[in-house]
Amino acid sequence: MNGDVAASARAFPALLRTGFADAVAYRAEFLVWVLTTNMPLVMLALWNAVARDAPVGNWSGEGFVAYYLGALIVRLVTSAWVAWEMTFEIRQGVMPTRLLRPLNPLVHYAAENLAALPLRALVSLPVAAILLYTVGRAQLTQDPVLLAVFALSLAGAWLLTFLAMATIGSLAMLVQSAVSLVEVWFGLFSVLSGYLVPLDLLPKWLAAIAAWLPFQLLLSFPVRTLLGRISRADALGLLGLQAAYVAAFFLLLTVVWREGTRRYSAFGG
Amino acid sequence: MTEPLIRVRELRKTYRVAKRPPGLAAAARALFHREVTDVHAVAGVSFEVGRGERVGFLGPNGAGKTTTLKMLSGLLHPTSGTCEVLGFTPQARDRAFLKQITLVMGNKQQLLWDLPPAETFEMNRAIYEIPRPQYKKTLAELSELLDLGDLVNKPTRQLSLGERMKCELCAALLHLPKVLFLDEPTIGLDVSLQATVRSFIRAYNERYEATVLLTSHYMDDVAALCPRVVVIDHGVLIFDGRLEALVQRVRPEKRLTVKLSRPVERRELEAIGEVVEHEPSRAVLQVKNSALQASVARMTTLPLVDLTVEDPPLEDVMRDLFEKNRLETATGTP
Repeated sequence: MNGDVAASARAFPALLRTGFADAVAYRAEFLVWVLTTNMPLVMLALWNAVARDAPVGNWSGEGFVAYYLGALIVRLVTSAWVAWEMTFEIRQGVMPTRLLRPLNPLVHYAAENLAALPLRALVSLPVAAILLYTVGRAQLTQDPVLLAVFALSLAGAWLLTFLAMATIGSLAMLVQSAVSLVEVWFGLFSVLSGYLVPLDLLPKWLAAIAAWLPFQLLLSFPVRTLLGRISRADALGLLGLQAAYVAAFFLLLTVVWREGTRRYSAFGG
Repeated sequence: MTEPLIRVRELRKTYRVAKRPPGLAAAARALFHREVTDVHAVAGVSFEVGRGERVGFLGPNGAGKTTTLKMLSGLLHPTSGTCEVLGFTPQARDRAFLKQITLVMGNKQQLLWDLPPAETFEMNRAIYEIPRPQYKKTLAELSELLDLGDLVNKPTRQLSLGERMKCELCAALLHLPKVLFLDEPTIGLDVSLQATVRSFIRAYNERYEATVLLTSHYMDDVAALCPRVVVIDHGVLIFDGRLEALVQRVRPEKRLTVKLSRPVERRELEAIGEVVEHEPSRAVLQVKNSALQASVARMTTLPLVDLTVEDPPLEDVMRDLFEKNRLETATGTP
C-alpha cells in the first residue's frame, strides 16, 4: 500500500504534464466551461441592484460585489467535473484501460483535474485583480491567520469536491448512470453552499441545516474567510469540520470504489 | 508445455441481466418489478498456458472469450473457480502483476485522443516506472518493428485506424509485459497491416519469450501465430490442442488445387474427389486424408500444369466444429 502511494507520487508530475497538455488541447471546451460558471456574476448584478438604496441584511452593494467575485474565484479554482467523466467512461467501457494500469485511476483523475488549474487560474486571477481594484482592500481581510485559513480552505474545498464527485462517479459502476445524482448534488450545492445567496440571508432554519452540511465548506466558508466576515476561532473550527468531511468522503469513496470495481461488468467487448 | 504461467480452473462468470420486453406497459411494470436472468458467459473453463506459448483463444461471438480475458487481466471478478497469472490472482490487481501484463482490445484505445502518441508513451513510462534508458531502447525497438517513424508526433485523432493500432501496440508493450492478452488486435485493419501486426506479435514473442493469448475472428491470424488453440463455445471448452490436431479431428481431409492445360469434364474430377470449384483451367477438389495418395496418383492422368495440397480453410473447420458442438449439445450426445 505504501509502495502504491510512493509510486503514485513519483508518477504524479508526468501525469500533471500530460493533463496540462490535454487541457490546452481542449481549450475551446474549457472556455465554454468557464462561461457556465458565471452564475455568481448574474447574482452579483441582481443583488447589487437590490442593495443600491439600502443594505440587505449585513450586505451593502459593495459587499455583494466582493462576495460574488470571491465566489467566482473559489468556484473556478475548486470545481471538479470528474463525476461526468467517470460516468461517461464507465458506460462507454473506457474504464478498463485505466484499470489495467498499475496506478489507481482515482489518482490519475485527480492529476488530470489539478493539471487544468493553471488555465483556471489564468481566468480567475484577472477576476481577483478586478476585485481588488473595484471594491478596494477594505472588503478583504488583512488578517494573516484568516488569509492562511483561506488558502487551506481552497485546497480543502477542491479535495472535498473531488472526493464527492469521484464517489458519485464510482456509483456509476453499480447503478449504470450517476448523472442524476450529480444534478441532485449541484441543486443542493447551489442553495446550501452560498453559491446563489449568502447563507445568512437564508431562512434561519435552513441556514442552521446548511451549517452542518458539507456544501458551505465548498464555497461560503472560503469566501467569508477571504472577506474577513468570520472570526479566527470560527474559521479554524470550520477548517476542522472541512477536514472531517474530507476524511469521511475519503472513506466513503474507498468503499464505493472497491465495491464498484468488484461488481463492474462491462458486458462483452 | 514449459512451466505454466496461466492456470485456469473451473472458471465461471455469471452475469445478472435485467429482462424487459419491449413496450410502454413493460417499461412501467419494470419500474416496480425487475425480472432478472442469469447469463452464464463462462461456464467452467480449465486450461494452462506455458511460458512463451502463443495460444489462439477461439469461439463464436458471445462464446465468453472476452469475458475470460477480462478475468485473466483482473478487470472482472470470477463468479467461481480460480485463475492465476504469473503466480498472481488477477482480480487482486496487484501493481507487480499489472506491470507484467497487457490487454490490447482492438475496439478500445488507450492513446490520448487529442495528443500525439508520444505523450501517451511518456505517460506510460511514468506510470509503469520504466527506467529512462530502458524506455528509450524499448521505444526504439518497437518503433522499428512497427515502422512508426514520425507517426508518434502526430495527434492521435489525425491517424488512420491502422496507424493508431500500431501506436496502441507500442503503448501497450513499452513496459515489456511477459503476458499479452490480445483481443481482436487486427480487427478492421487491411490485409497488409494485418500481416504487419502478426509479424510484430511473433517477433515480440520470440524476442522477449512472452506468452500470448490471442482471440481473433481472422483465421489467418490464428494460422500464422498460434501453434495451439483453445476453443470455447457457450462458455464451455470444446477443444484444447495443436491446430493441426483440430483440423485433423474436425476435417480429416485435404484440398487439392489443380491448374489445367485444357478443360476437363466435371465427372472426370468427381471420380477423384469431391469437387469444390470447377473452372476450365482450374479446379479445387476435396479428398479424405486416407485417400490422398491414391487421389494424387490418379491426378497424374489429368493435363496438369500445377498441383497444390493444403489443409481445408480454417474458417470451414471452425464452422464445422461449432455446428457439431451445437448439434451435440442439442441432442445431448458427446
